[in-house]
Amino acid sequence: MGKFVLHRLLQAIPVLLVVITATFFLVRSAPGGPFSAEKAVPPAVLKALEARYQLDQPVLNQYFSYLGDLAAGDLGPSFRFPGRSVNEMIYAGLPATAELGLYALLISMLLGTTAGVIAALKPNTAQDYIPMSTAMIGICLPSFLLGPLMMLVFGIWLEWVPISGWGNIPGDKILPALTLASGYTAYVARLSRGGMLEVMSQDYIRTARAKGLPEWIVVIKHGLRGGLIPVVAFAGPAFAGLLSGSFVVETIFQIPGLGRFYVQAAFNRDYTMIMGTTVFFAALIILFNLLSDILAVWLNPKLRQQTNGDSG
Amino acid sequence: MALLEVDNLSIWFHTRNGVVKAIDSVSFSVAEGETLAIVGESGSGKSVCCYSLLGLIPSPPGNIESGTAIFDGRDLLTLSERELRKVRGSKIATIFQDPMTSLNPYLTIGEQLIEPLLYHRAMSRKDARGRAIQLLDEVGIPGAKQRFDSYAHEFSGGMRQRVMIAMALIAEPRLLIADEPTTALDVTIQAQTLQLIADLQKQRNLAVIFISHDLAVVAGIADRVAVMKDGQFVEYGPTEAVFDRAQHPYTQSLLAAIPGGAKPGSPATSSSSPDSPLIEISHLKTWFNGTEETTSNATVKAVDDVSLSITKNEILGIVGESGSGKSTLGRSILQLVKTTSGSIKFDGEELCGLTPHQLIPYRRRIQMIFQDPYASLNPRMTVFDALAEPLRYHGLATRKTVLPQVLNLMDDVGLAASAMRKYPHEFSGGQRQRIAIGRAIATKPEFIVADEPVSALDVTIQAQILELILRLVEKHNLTMLFISHDLSVVRYICDRVAVMHGGELIESGATETLWHHPQTPYAQSLLAAVPRLSSRSS
Repeated sequence: MGKFVLHRLLQAIPVLLVVITATFFLVRSAPGGPFSAEKAVPPAVLKALEARYQLDQPVLNQYFSYLGDLAAGDLGPSFRFPGRSVNEMIYAGLPATAELGLYALLISMLLGTTAGVIAALKPNTAQDYIPMSTAMIGICLPSFLLGPLMMLVFGIWLEWVPISGWGNIPGDKILPALTLASGYTAYVARLSRGGMLEVMSQDYIRTARAKGLPEWIVVIKHGLRGGLIPVVAFAGPAFAGLLSGSFVVETIFQIPGLGRFYVQAAFNRDYTMIMGTTVFFAALIILFNLLSDILAVWLNPKLRQQTNGDSG
Repeated sequence: MALLEVDNLSIWFHTRNGVVKAIDSVSFSVAEGETLAIVGESGSGKSVCCYSLLGLIPSPPGNIESGTAIFDGRDLLTLSERELRKVRGSKIATIFQDPMTSLNPYLTIGEQLIEPLLYHRAMSRKDARGRAIQLLDEVGIPGAKQRFDSYAHEFSGGMRQRVMIAMALIAEPRLLIADEPTTALDVTIQAQTLQLIADLQKQRNLAVIFISHDLAVVAGIADRVAVMKDGQFVEYGPTEAVFDRAQHPYTQSLLAAIPGGAKPGSPATSSSSPDSPLIEISHLKTWFNGTEETTSNATVKAVDDVSLSITKNEILGIVGESGSGKSTLGRSILQLVKTTSGSIKFDGEELCGLTPHQLIPYRRRIQMIFQDPYASLNPRMTVFDALAEPLRYHGLATRKTVLPQVLNLMDDVGLAASAMRKYPHEFSGGQRQRIAIGRAIATKPEFIVADEPVSALDVTIQAQILELILRLVEKHNLTMLFISHDLSVVRYICDRVAVMHGGELIESGATETLWHHPQTPYAQSLLAAVPRLSSRSS
């Protein structure tokens, strides 16, 4: 197993390097710069600013100096928020984003697998069609539509929950978590339905039934292990996606998370902030994909032993 | 008084394309200590018949239309799902065909073994574990205590089936349904497994329903035989009567289709013509995960120092159990796998070490027929496409001549010209194998490697395809390497036979000589394990 993990971590280095390089040059090739705002800056000041942030140097020099800082763990200073470093801003925004993402992940996993498994047990009946068509709606409805809709219904008409904020009023975390989770819940439901349908038609399920086991034991003990492997494999990328894709929900619900910095940075041409968040998210995506893969291997006894055999 | 009495059972499947009468007015009975064999070809309804008794057929579409099945005083067909569950695994247990797919890969075999005891006998885990280890020991699993926590993939095929048998018997059922329990096993393992079932049956006075497509297997073990065709019993009676005085023409054709004899025609003809060999293999080694310099524990010596030659117009049979390297040998000749060392000469020219481009002319002259025609034919190509492709690729047909050539080929392999535009899924298994054979002979090859070409076919279809192969070999002057695990088939079709074991060629000779006077102990054990119709008298 150790060898497998090490191998995958080494593979991540070139991937990250490609992401860094592509973002670095793409951002700089976009028209405008961090200091070309609507209010024109005097040429002398602009020159001084560029010198300070080394923007007057050749692009390649900037690139290698950025790589050097990055290797030391320094994402650089923010261009638009003088005096604050990108590291500080990520550190400030991450807790809210991570908390929101974790709630959304838990909701989507629990709701999604339950719906998917229930649907798979009686395929092509109402028990299948109702959760699955609801899931389809969940996939189709974008969060910028679902969010305001839920605010309207549950916040303003029914007055059940607060409609914005984060951690100020009890219950203000419910709507954003649900909104963010909806698309993923639907996808998990479809994945687990497919996985369970496949597994429940296997010969060993017939064996379990022939042993006279109660149906719920057949489903939970013999079915779930194999049926949910696709969901486990999806959980990692899903969490990374929830973290990096939460900016719409953060904006709608006024949450001080990382996603908002990300979008603002893109509009502001805040080079270091764009780079910093992209690299950070890329690393997260790679890490969670890896965790997912390890879990999927560990769940399958055959693969588990093979990878153990390789390292030992 | 019989343990199970089934009377007038009918099961219909209500599908979109109409009603299929899977089981049509079937009656039978089994007594304690007795073995009833239900024999039939695939799709005859023999499995549905037994699964319906346990409520294991999918419903809908399956529906029990009529009948009674009195087991131990109660009608199984009227029991609720809850009551039926108490019968399943407890009073009636089942062994399935493929032990690999029938065991849960995610749970240890120990966990699966003790389940019937936990749910039917309310036994504690500790007691159940003790009982399971005892039973594993009884079915012949070495080191039962250590293997309790192993997974299914850590066992060989034969050991897995022993685990299945232990699992079926652990709650001490009174009736055992064995659905093709030895079909996926090698012949020596099959013999051992059959013996094990017979021993356990005797000790426990078990009633056994043995479902099989193989009459020869059934002949050795059954007290009574039912022959099933299209959902009906066409023949039903004591084993002796069915085999010696078969009444129904279908039973007679089944019996006639069993490859029982020597190759038709004089067996000596092949050795009388001292032709130069077409294929000459010397010291061939095909190893995986390693070369002769860099061997490790992971190195698999699939083919290890094999030398043999095949003369023109000869059919050489390669027999061996799974993992013996017989398929790898075939693939090595075709250069589909990389050989490690040694030489393969085709018509005097060396094949090993040629580049893919240099191999092209040989690809035309050497062809292959695979075991599963459904998997090896492209589902998106019609028969015409499949047969025309090799002709066009090797430049053997022009736009004008391709159609008559394809029709010619179809006629050769016994396919109607009207089937030309059909896709593989529209054919039966036997017809698909005819297409695959047509594709192989399309390029007018000199040499064909046939890898288990009839193993996936029913016995009557198998007989037809073997006839076809013999006829084509004669007509087109073919030379053939015929790989099979079925010694009766090999005896029927091959001039010479070579026995492989553990990657090595351990014995070879003229078919009849080897059949009657095997020299090596392994060949002797292999031949002794072959189920024969005549074995029931002994």
